[in-house]
Amino acid sequence: MPQAGDYGGGDPIDLIVRHQLVPIALLIVFGVLLIVIGIFYLSWRMHTFRITGDEVEVRSGILFRTNRKGRLDRIQGVDVTRQVLPRIFGAARLEIKVAGQDANVNLAYLSSRSADALRRVILRRASGLREQTLAAASDPADAAGAAAILNQRYQEFTAPELDPSLAPPTSVVQMHPGRLVGSTVLSTATLWFVVILAVAVGMAIGFHVYEVLFGLVPLLFGLGSVLVRRVTKSLRYSIAGTADGVRVGYGLLSLSNETLPPGRIHSVQVSQELLWRPFDWWEVRVNLASRSRERGQEGRRGTMILPVGSRAEVLKVLELTLPELLAAEGMEPLVRASLEGGRPDDGFTVSPPRARILRWFSRRRNGFALRPDAVLLRRGAIWRDLVVVPAARMQSVAVHQGPLLRRLRLAAIHVHTVAGPITARLGALDADDAAGFFRDAAAADVAAAVADRSHRWGAQRSELAPPRAHDRRPEFPAAPA
Amino acid sequence: MSARLDPAPGDWKRVAPRYVWVDLVGTIVGWVVITVAVSLPWWVSHQAWMLVFPAAAFVILVLLAAFTPRRVRSIGYRLRDDDLLFRRGLMFQRFVAVPYGRMQLVDINRGPLDRALGLAGLRLVTAAAASNVTVPGLPMADAEELRDRLVELAETRRAGL
Repeated sequence: MPQAGDYGGGDPIDLIVRHQLVPIALLIVFGVLLIVIGIFYLSWRMHTFRITGDEVEVRSGILFRTNRKGRLDRIQGVDVTRQVLPRIFGAARLEIKVAGQDANVNLAYLSSRSADALRRVILRRASGLREQTLAAASDPADAAGAAAILNQRYQEFTAPELDPSLAPPTSVVQMHPGRLVGSTVLSTATLWFVVILAVAVGMAIGFHVYEVLFGLVPLLFGLGSVLVRRVTKSLRYSIAGTADGVRVGYGLLSLSNETLPPGRIHSVQVSQELLWRPFDWWEVRVNLASRSRERGQEGRRGTMILPVGSRAEVLKVLELTLPELLAAEGMEPLVRASLEGGRPDDGFTVSPPRARILRWFSRRRNGFALRPDAVLLRRGAIWRDLVVVPAARMQSVAVHQGPLLRRLRLAAIHVHTVAGPITARLGALDADDAAGFFRDAAAADVAAAVADRSHRWGAQRSELAPPRAHDRRPEFPAAPA
Repeated sequence: MSARLDPAPGDWKRVAPRYVWVDLVGTIVGWVVITVAVSLPWWVSHQAWMLVFPAAAFVILVLLAAFTPRRVRSIGYRLRDDDLLFRRGLMFQRFVAVPYGRMQLVDINRGPLDRALGLAGLRLVTAAAASNVTVPGLPMADAEELRDRLVELAETRRAGL
């Protein structure tokens, strides 16, 4: 048994130096490092993928092999993420989102440019276009020589977030920095902070307990970090309409952009924070069928389509996310009306006067409009919002009535969509209106489901006859990772 | 009350009357457990007024049990051309319409009491968790027939997500 004194105060570095073990220790560190790098390299080598006619397949793992196949026509979106460090080395992560809880196919890491090219290929295949109409999407040759590589990295790093050739400039909504900062400062979090501050200052002055003010310091740090994170995340935000769907991009140092093919957006919510009213700012969220396992800020990331925008931008975003909707006759005035206070003949069926007891201020706004291809629910007078559910994405419709609503001859409606931040519910409607809505919405749902072709959105655009799933031969050899 | 909700008047198929027993046993067992749980403060402190909680739970139990036959009679479903209608509830009424093309799968569930009475419950799952349609108390043969028919209908009207 060695005595405690042998360890020279217990510091292992001292011990190693004293016993002249420095070379051995370095060797061990080096060996462990080598093994770790070797494992990483092996794991990277074993991570392979290929795209066949209808499927994308990924194999990964060293000891525990995983083989994951995703159907291309079930793709809900393709996400390309460039974290800061990978971005410096010109690498990107590609995530193919498939409907379901944590059912995503991950490809990490690819070279930055081949990630973009691969996304193009995947989306083209998924759209149902025949391969004759596909342009050969080859990986651009990598530059040789250190200077050329450096130059290429620099080009990639300073390139605009949104490739200008990808989308027509008229379909692009960019974030206005001043508005982003303004909207962040005027958020509900700040409002609460001001209320707490007022109470604390009032207590400090009124009762001479100045210690209360120290309690505000951590609160201030918390608020500051929330605000700064929000601003940096959304600063280089853009949303654009491309041939293969809506492209949402954001991030200052870590870039991320996602392409959502047509018909993958299950509902859209336009809402307004209380303090945004004077500036006419709105935010837009969506419900998507793919959900990531991550909770909180990271998990919600994909559902925020427009962090803040003017009314004109909101209309543009609605046009991008639900292209057929705004094109329909009389739709635009309806959407505009839904962002207003609510007038008697603006196309919405609103709560009857007896609902005033349940909807004190919002009785005239609380209403729905049913169109053949979409349901619009308008709610709230103080916190205004609008929910649009495309009829082709409604899963089912329900009408509810509890004892209180029955006394008032009222009822509530609920349009069921895939889970997400938006719940398409509307309460305190006239019972007959609600029953009528139930009947009509159920019929619209059935009709829209039959007419919907968006899962193969390219097939209808293609002049060639759309291919049937079963006569696709397994073309395309495996693509190397 | 006159203003009962009925958005789709017509013939509703009702569930088997003997499902009343399944529901009754479930209700009674559940509320007896609740009654015992809320009487714990009284067991501990022996203060007479704390008997209010178990008494209230017991009253709710009796009321629920008394209305069980009517509540079971309020459960109904109907196969229309393109969708399935489902209703349930007496105090809290709920009507749901699920188009056949939206169904992702159909479950048959049987508890021990269901099995003793030859009953089964049918659950429809769509991509939306909120749809939540469960038709309880179907005779086993009917449940299987209904399931096969629903799967067949869903297949012919297959819709995207």
